[in-house]
Order: sequence, then structure tokens, then C-alpha cells
Amino acid sequence: MIRFDGVSKVYKSGNRPALHDATLEVKPGEFVFLVGASGSGKSSFLRLILREERSSTGLIHVLGQDLGRLSNRKVPAYRRNLGVVFQDFRLLPTKTVFDNVAFALRVLGRSEAYIHDAVPEVLGLVGLGNKENRLPHELSGGEQQRVAIARAVVNKPAILLADEPTGNLDPATSAGIMDVLRDINAAGTTVLMATHDTAIVNDMKRRVVELSDGRIIRDEAGGQYRTRANPIVNVDDAFPSRADSQPIAIERIDFDPIPAFDPMTPTSEAVDLSYLDRHEEDPL
Amino acid sequence: MKMSFVLIEAWNGVRRNISMVVSVILVTLVSLTFVGSAALLQLQIGNMKSYWYDKAQVAVYLCTQYSTLGACDQQEASAEQIAAVETQLDSDTLSPYIDEWYFENHDDAFANFTKQFKGSPVVDLVTPDLLPQTFWVNLKDPTQSALVFEALGGMSGVESVIDQRSYLDGIFSTLNAASLTAVGVAVLMLVAAALLIATTIRLSAFSRRRELAIMRLVGASNWFIQTPFIVEGVVAATIGSVLACGAIAGIVVLFVDGYLASALPTTSFITLADVWIVFPGLLLAGAVLAASSAYVAISRYLRV
Repeated sequence: MIRFDGVSKVYKSGNRPALHDATLEVKPGEFVFLVGASGSGKSSFLRLILREERSSTGLIHVLGQDLGRLSNRKVPAYRRNLGVVFQDFRLLPTKTVFDNVAFALRVLGRSEAYIHDAVPEVLGLVGLGNKENRLPHELSGGEQQRVAIARAVVNKPAILLADEPTGNLDPATSAGIMDVLRDINAAGTTVLMATHDTAIVNDMKRRVVELSDGRIIRDEAGGQYRTRANPIVNVDDAFPSRADSQPIAIERIDFDPIPAFDPMTPTSEAVDLSYLDRHEEDPL
Repeated sequence: MKMSFVLIEAWNGVRRNISMVVSVILVTLVSLTFVGSAALLQLQIGNMKSYWYDKAQVAVYLCTQYSTLGACDQQEASAEQIAAVETQLDSDTLSPYIDEWYFENHDDAFANFTKQFKGSPVVDLVTPDLLPQTFWVNLKDPTQSALVFEALGGMSGVESVIDQRSYLDGIFSTLNAASLTAVGVAVLMLVAAALLIATTIRLSAFSRRRELAIMRLVGASNWFIQTPFIVEGVVAATIGSVLACGAIAGIVVLFVDGYLASALPTTSFITLADVWIVFPGLLLAGAVLAASSAYVAISRYLRV
């Protein structure tokens, strides 16, 4: 379905390759997470599949097509086999939910009769059956992402690419989005999802491909987010003794439910927390 | 492919950037009016040429008792010399090229002169014997006046041979220069129009970049993406061209036929019936200009 053979991608401006000698095969019907830090090459990976970029070296085959040989003229027809979802939804603000989804069919020249069948069906699939006439700004973030997913799959693509689709959403809403993606995958669509969301990856227990500095460093079926490159550090391990006040990098903190906080009662413990590096100035 | 969708998209583009569309209309109007005016001037020159060249004759002036030019020596051309010229005109070498000729004696020349310069004080100073007797020759092909020069130029009793077309050529070359100037201005204006159309389309594409990005993602064909923009450019330019045609028709009806024709009644001027031929050319030029510059402008948004 998707095959990368020794694929490297070097951008003109950068000397460091965005993707380095990546080899990977995704079979039909798989659900694959792409994980890795920002700049690790996840987005380049998706852009190469979309044929927004050509690989510098190596071969990419998607749906039996050699993307290196696919002429620019044939790219539109090729893309009709792919659905894409982004972190920022990319809905058209002046069009209703129905028209946003229908737009994907109208620009392909589908008949209005077909559109009036297909759009309500796919909106039902993503759980927005009753919101056809709303405008995007009248919807919550999760609902907007459902519209974007509906638009991506209304044309019944073989592959759905999702670039951090839950990046702007809270955990409960994200779980709802993942249910939708799981249903779409169960119906036979191959899903490739780039994400930073640990909980989602750990809950889904699907194939995980980890990228670091443009290299595939892990490809694990039923994998977890936690890795050597992204260790999860427990607070207890991070602070062996309270007297040790050296700053320690914490990638993630698992809190127990926070007890009710009464600001009038002084507590006996104080923890000094701050971000490091480029997040230094951010409020906690 | 659904044309209605394309047309709606094009209309939205026009609506969103109405001021740019108006400027495209205006610059197309002005540039094509210049192109049209140059064409009108050429038509007028052609019209005048065929009118005047038909009337233009070759004059063979004979010697008078006062003239010292050519073969004259202050001697009136004799009857023998006149007969010799006549023989030449009727000879086998010249007559095939001559449509007709006639002889004008002193009295006829004086009558014509007084008619032509009626009211002018010069009439009182001129007497018939001052004006040369003349053979007026109409050639079948007015460009072949050189034959008459060769045959009659050196003959005794002939003062000079003048082709009237040489007077007209000066006028026509002035008109030609004016027409070329109009073409030059038109070319500059057309370049400006092409750049303005390209800028407008680029702006329009920028304001619709979200739609364009989605269209590219879902695999809309290039044809489908670019057509609304090309239609937008062509519509604006066509409105400009139609207005330019109106301006040209106005110039012809109000200025040329209305003012010039009554001010210069002896000159033949073009009429609206003659200039119809220019309009399809202007409309086509406007449409092709807009379509090609819009196509170039939008193609950078289609790079996959």
C-alpha cells in the first residue's frame, strides 16, 4: 500500500536531511502512528506520500504508483485516493458544514444528487448528523476536526493521512476523534497518523513508527509512545531528595487527581517548577 | 465538470476584488482604445489613398515665354512640340499604361486657376499667358508615373513632369507617424494591462488560497482550479474591450463623421460601416491578453 525504499529528503535550504534512508512498508488496512519530536521528519514523511515533495533519493510506491515518476499532471488524480486531516482543521470559514464537506466532491465534479447522498452519510459517520447547516466558527474544536475528517473521507480514499489531528484538542475530545478514526480504519481505510499525544498512542496499541532526526529508530507493532528518545520520567525518580535543587528535565508528569486546593491554608510543601530552554519564559 | 461551480467561483473572485477588476477594465479600455485608434488611422489613410491616388494625375507642363526651367528657353512651346508630345502619349510604348489624357490650354488653365483661388488677391496678378499649357495624364496604375517622366521629361517644349502623388506622400507619411505613435502608446498600455491583470489574478488567488489548498489536497484538476481565475480575468478584460469598442464607435460617429466631415467637406472620411471590422479584433485581443496573463499568474499556485 505504502512502501519507502531507502528514502532521503534534503530541502534546498537545509543541510541536514529531513528524512534519512527511510525504509518502511504499510499494508492495506493498517493503523500506523508516526511519533517523534518536532523536526524529526514526521511532516516530511506525510508530504512525500502526498507528493507535495519528491524524495531526493530512494523510491516511494503508494497504491502501486511510483511517486518519483508520477508527472505533475497526474498528481491531482493520484491525490483523489488520499484523505488528509491537519491539526488546524483547514475548513472554509464562509461555508457551512455541509458545504465544506461537499466542496471536496464539487471540485471533483460529482453530481448534486450524489453529493446529497454522500455528505449526510459521512457526517453521520463522524457524529455530526444534526449540524449540517452550522458554520465552522459555531462549532467546537472537536466538531471542526470531525468536519475535516468527514471532508477527508467523503471521497472514500484508500489512505487517510492525519498530521497531529488531536494537537489542538483536549484529551476527552481527542478520544472522540480517535474513535472516529478507528471506525474509519475498521471500514478498511489505511490510516497513517503523526502525533505527539502519548495517551492516544498508548491506548490504541497499534503499530508505532518512531522518527528521530529523520531516521526511523523504532518500528513496533502494538507499540507504546515511551521510548529511549522520549523517556517518561516519574516525579519520584526526578526528585530523589528534596534537598537536591538541581533542575531536571521532565518530559511528562503523570498526576493523580488533584485534591481540592484551599489557597487560605498554607501547605507544608513547595515545588519550584519552570520550563527549560526555549520554553523558559512560558507560564506553567 | 460543472460549469456552474466554476462560474460561481469566478463571480466570487470578481466581487471580492471589485476595485482591482475596475482598474483592469479601465486599463484595458484605454489601451484597446489606443489600438483601435491606430487601426482607425490606418483605415483612414487607406481610404484617403484610394480616394486621392485615383484623382492624382501626372501633369506635363509645357514651356511658357517666361519659363527657363527644363528644356525651356523663354520660348512658348510650339505647335510642333505640342504635337510631338501628343504623338508620344498615343504611341505604343506609353498608351497601354495610360487611362486617358487631355490637353489644357492657357485659357482653360486660367479658368481653373481663378475658380480654385477665388477670392484670393493672387487672381488679379495672374494672366493666362503666365500659366503653362498642360497635358493631364491619368495612368492605369498610378505608381508607374516614372514611365511618363522617362518618355516626356527631356522633350523640347516640356518644362517639367510632375506626379501629384508626391504632394500626397508627405501628408500620408505624417498620418503614418501619428498612427505609429498610437501603436507605440498602445503597446505600452497593453504591457501595463497584462501586468495589472496578472497582479489582480494573483491577489484574487491569494484571497482564495485556503480554497486552493483544499482543492489541491482533494485532487481537483488543474483545469478546474485555474478556470475560474482565467474566466475572471477574461470577463474584466472583455468588459474593457466592449467599452473600448464603444469609445471607438463614439470617436467615429461624433468626431470624425460629426465634426471632421463637416469641417472638411472635400475629404472622404471613414464611417461606422468601415470600422466594424476593428471590433472583433479588439475583443479578441482583450480576451487573449487577459487569458494568457491570468494563466501565467495562476500557474504558480498550481505547482504541486
